[in-house]
Amino acid sequence: MKTYDKLIFELSKPGRKGFELPEDQFNTNGLSSIPTDLLRKDEAELPEVSELDVVRHFTNLSNKNFGVDTGFYPLGSCTMKYNPKINEELAAMPEFLALHPLQDASTVQGALHIYWDLQRMLANISGLAEFTLNPYAGAHGELTGLMVMRQYHMSRGDEKRTKVIVPDTAHGTNPASAMVAGLEVVEVKSKPNGSIDVEDLKPLLDDTIAGIMMTNPNTVGMFETEILEIAKLVHDAGGLLYYDGANLNPLLGKVRPGDMGFDIMHINLHKTFSTPHGGGGPGSGPVGVAAHLVDFLPNPRVKKAEEGSYHVETGDQSLGSISSFFGNFGVMMKAYAYILSLGKENIKNVGPLATLNANYIKESLKDDYLLPIEGVCKHEFVFDGLKDKSTGVTTLNVAKRLLDYGFHAPTIYFPLLFHESMMIEPTETESKETLDEFIEVMHKVAKEARETPQSVIDAPLTTIVRKLDETSAAKKPILNYKALKEAEA
Amino acid sequence: MSKILDSLRYAESHEWVKLEGDVATVGITDYAQHALGNIVYVDMPEVGDEVTQGEDFGAVESVKAASDLISPISGEVIEINEALEDEPELVNQDAFSNWIMKVKVSDPSEIDNLLDAAGYAKICEE
Repeated sequence: MKTYDKLIFELSKPGRKGFELPEDQFNTNGLSSIPTDLLRKDEAELPEVSELDVVRHFTNLSNKNFGVDTGFYPLGSCTMKYNPKINEELAAMPEFLALHPLQDASTVQGALHIYWDLQRMLANISGLAEFTLNPYAGAHGELTGLMVMRQYHMSRGDEKRTKVIVPDTAHGTNPASAMVAGLEVVEVKSKPNGSIDVEDLKPLLDDTIAGIMMTNPNTVGMFETEILEIAKLVHDAGGLLYYDGANLNPLLGKVRPGDMGFDIMHINLHKTFSTPHGGGGPGSGPVGVAAHLVDFLPNPRVKKAEEGSYHVETGDQSLGSISSFFGNFGVMMKAYAYILSLGKENIKNVGPLATLNANYIKESLKDDYLLPIEGVCKHEFVFDGLKDKSTGVTTLNVAKRLLDYGFHAPTIYFPLLFHESMMIEPTETESKETLDEFIEVMHKVAKEARETPQSVIDAPLTTIVRKLDETSAAKKPILNYKALKEAEA
Repeated sequence: MSKILDSLRYAESHEWVKLEGDVATVGITDYAQHALGNIVYVDMPEVGDEVTQGEDFGAVESVKAASDLISPISGEVIEINEALEDEPELVNQDAFSNWIMKVKVSDPSEIDNLLDAAGYAKICEE
């Protein structure tokens, strides 16, 4: 069923059904108590299918999924590392699954212990004083962190600090989060090698600056070697440093953002700490702060009493609640399992191995692909398309051709520093054999581009859906079956 | 490889200007449309808006990226190219005839801050 491409609506046959509802429960209690203006007037037009139809449909669709469990996924900036199955096993324990967030703290001491313990581990790993695990994902963590930054300045009566400095190479979420937090974005330029231009930064640092958002290594995968000077300049000007934790993986257990001078950071548990993402599950974006910012963290907070018991608190100076209850607890369980599985000793190998893998691919491919920034990268690096620019084959074409060879495409056209960006991040969980296979295929695609360019331009050739019309998809999206029927009519 | 017209002035941020009397016609360059790829949306200002040289007045969204439009000149917007609302891809077809806005210029001497064709060609080569 490799070619299966049906929507479940297309399987529908009037009157067919695969369920039976208990009559008394649904037919007698219900509709009469609902105000008539809230009742739908049209038929819902749900698909009418049998149980077997449903099972086959979704099983066939699931076989089309591409994930880390099926193949190599070098999507830069996303840290698509393998998600160990023991994480899932622990998170699925009924003792935790059946908990309710409104239960009395005395009945959920185990869950509170995990929250507390994970929070302490993240604080140790990052060199910050305390974490909240409440934010739901990375960008939500950014927003929370910026709210902490604002709350800090407001609490000191320093209300004119309304600007946040963001590098021109930043992840797009940085300026977006700053806007949502009600702050104004000021851009700082990067040098040709992608790192922040300290000379361009200096004149921006006045008494309206709330802080700066940085990621280190930056979005081209290079370590910001001037970070200590930058931290001093920003702090001397009265601003705070925010660390975007999207690129934390290469530093894991080796370098701590807190030691570099960062005051606030978020961590993507779904990247660095091996929980599923990219359609595989919800994220989690814990936010850590330095000691002088702890009181501003969002409510609720988990606290540990001296005798060892846990309770839930709401702080007076807190910025308030940013999530319902404690965030995505199941995701925390998985990250907790990951950290405990690796242990203090092995977690130190994550960063070096991720870095080694990235540099291995980079050095192996730079004869065929244009490497705009030389030198040792961290966990990821950027090519500016094929080295031979005469073939007419673009980064998009190469990415599509990789699908034919069974690999997920790398991140393309980000960062914006280069026109044909191709951002590759293998992570530490891939074997040398897998990296070699990928390298071989990349060489093969480069050769095809030189010898038979049209075969790359026309790719993908073997996928069920061939090259998509991205312009129409963006301009006239068809997002549901009704719209499809209307478009076809 | 990209087309550059001699009669226009250019901003480093890849907008072009044609000044006729006190009215400036503004668009993005052929180089810019080529770098952006297929354009799917042009976020234009409204007639009556004030625009300032060096500050953004809208955005262009392509299948690759969204990019701010930086006004190469200051003044009041007197007309926008409404055809781009439905057919933003016109910019890909011909970036120089498919202008984005017309501005009643407040200070015509600002044009001297912009590049000529040769100066802009150099930027594109870099």
